Amino acid sequence: MSERVLMKGNEAFGEAAIRGGCRYYVGYPITPQNELTEFMSREMTKRGGKFVQAESELASINMAYGIAAAGGNVFVSSASPGIALMQEGLSFICSAELPLVALNVSRGGPGIGGIQPGQADYNQVTRGGGNGDYHIPVFAPASIQESIDILYDAFSLADEWRNPIMILADGMIGQMMEPVTLPEPKAPISEDEIAVRKPWALSGTKKGHRSVVKSLRMQPNDLEKHVEKLFEKYRQAEKELVKYDSDRIEDAEVVFVSFGTTARIVSEVIDMLAEDGIKAGLIRPISLWPFPEEAFSKVNPKTKVVISAELNMGQMMTDVKAAVCGRFPVRLINRTGGIIPTSLEIYERAKKILGEYK
Amino acid sequence: MRTIFEPTKGMLPVDTSYCPGCTHGIAHRLIMECVEEKGRLGDTLGVSPIGCSVVAHEFMNIDMCESAHGRAPAVAAGLRRVHPNHLIFTYQGDGDLASIGAAEIIHAANRGEKFTTFFINNAIYGMTGGQMAPTTLIGQKSTTSVEGRKKEVNGMPLRVSELLATIDGAVFVERVALNSPANIRKAKKAVMKALEVQEKGLGFSFVEFLSACPTNWGYQPVDALKWLTENMIPYYPLGNLRCPEEVK
Amino acid sequence: MAKFLVKFNVDKCKGCELCVSVCPKNILAISTTEVNAKGYHPASITDMDSCIGCASCATICPDCVISIYAE
Repeated sequence: MSERVLMKGNEAFGEAAIRGGCRYYVGYPITPQNELTEFMSREMTKRGGKFVQAESELASINMAYGIAAAGGNVFVSSASPGIALMQEGLSFICSAELPLVALNVSRGGPGIGGIQPGQADYNQVTRGGGNGDYHIPVFAPASIQESIDILYDAFSLADEWRNPIMILADGMIGQMMEPVTLPEPKAPISEDEIAVRKPWALSGTKKGHRSVVKSLRMQPNDLEKHVEKLFEKYRQAEKELVKYDSDRIEDAEVVFVSFGTTARIVSEVIDMLAEDGIKAGLIRPISLWPFPEEAFSKVNPKTKVVISAELNMGQMMTDVKAAVCGRFPVRLINRTGGIIPTSLEIYERAKKILGEYK
Repeated sequence: MRTIFEPTKGMLPVDTSYCPGCTHGIAHRLIMECVEEKGRLGDTLGVSPIGCSVVAHEFMNIDMCESAHGRAPAVAAGLRRVHPNHLIFTYQGDGDLASIGAAEIIHAANRGEKFTTFFINNAIYGMTGGQMAPTTLIGQKSTTSVEGRKKEVNGMPLRVSELLATIDGAVFVERVALNSPANIRKAKKAVMKALEVQEKGLGFSFVEFLSACPTNWGYQPVDALKWLTENMIPYYPLGNLRCPEEVK
Repeated sequence: MAKFLVKFNVDKCKGCELCVSVCPKNILAISTTEVNAKGYHPASITDMDSCIGCASCATICPDCVISIYAE
């Protein structure tokens, strides 16, 4: 039976991961995701899993690489500068095609930045901050319930695609509390099942064949072939993993594009504009990579302007402009540094922009 | 006919990519001989580093994975979480372990991780072409210390075994040399003990192999071993630094 | 009559001479005429009868070239 409880985002992430099949968690303290690491330190051993506090994010992502290479369902979490340190490992993990779930409870940057919520990691997580040609599917929940739903499925999704899955939750979602429904715990995979479902995993040659997990390919032809194979997978992911919500975009004069916490504020702004008789709509990308370009084909052709609303200097604008493809002007409403705009602020700035497109 | 010596089944019947006279081949063989003699080729997992031996998995007949520069101990710690009873080891060079991976090795030792690290100290970066390592000797020339390593610029060569022996969780620490048949036989005994330490779940075990890099040192293989004997052993004394009672 | 048989997997040899340098009986040599598949002058035994089966050569060989059997 599903359970209805009031939970803090960071703790709900952990609960959802455990219920979704996570048996290994590796973490390192960094704000604003510490409650998750603390939660996992208490819960993992109690519930048949293993918890490791690593000496750095470099170590945690590489411990996770080892766990994933051995076939374990592993979860790592961090916040912006910590995710930056993990990029080296994520590149190796993508090349080695290992499944893993990574959560970024993001804050402001650049540098140490601040510890208040931010969305300035959009480029870091959607572009692949590590070296080489690779992609990581990224999902950005706008509520704790949605975070739970995404995390619950993320481990089987990572296994299915043999690729890391990233969840980008801003610090607001990590720190707030909401009533949520918890899903039924999935049965953990046994060692025998790992051997059958993950024959590539390291478990010793006694299983009947030799497994090697690697990313080095010294011959250019081999490397090119390997990268092309990875990209066949990514092209498939671009078709199958697109996820978004849209609201009233078919007859909108103005369409907002916004994700995570910001999208919730924008939802309110749409209602405020409606009261003024202005038809506004919202595209809320849930998958940031692959970016939901298809949503833009449903936008009212008479829309005057598309507004990207973000907690950064407009990092998502590049994707929005590519999706809009010159059909509409694209403008930005943003705050950064950890400031969350009120619905009134966005409403007023939107009205001002709309004034330019009469 | 009685067999006195045959190559171990732990080594795949392929040519290694190592230069003539490089002692990586000896270290590989010793480790795999011990694993075979323990009857554990089927459930041993190895982690290769960045460096010449990144491709150790092409030569060692066991399940293996590569690791990012210096991170092998973190990767092995991950493998250990999933496989509590397998034999697990990392195989790392001096650039990988003592420089870029200094944090990972210290913390793996400090957690008393139950795996073994085999440390190949040849006092130079091999794969990248002979640059100065943390273990390069004072006065030793390299492509990034063309006039020889200077204490006032680069500090003293790092004695990793001594450093790790100060850590409680590193229960077995021994330095051996691959410079003569007698020392190679001693090295094998150390490898055996290190593996026994993890089989008994006693803590982290570590074997440092003084090794030769004839190509980047600029010596013929036989002269390289002579250089190792005359220069490395006096600074890096051989012997056991820590050994638990259970394997003595 | 030789007491031991020393076999060389010739094509694995890289001609490093480490085996030659440690043989207590000085009965190993690098060929000056033969070239193996890899292009090296391989090591071989010159006087099997004098071999004492100490396995020093096989112990120091980095390339698993040498096998030794007692007759």
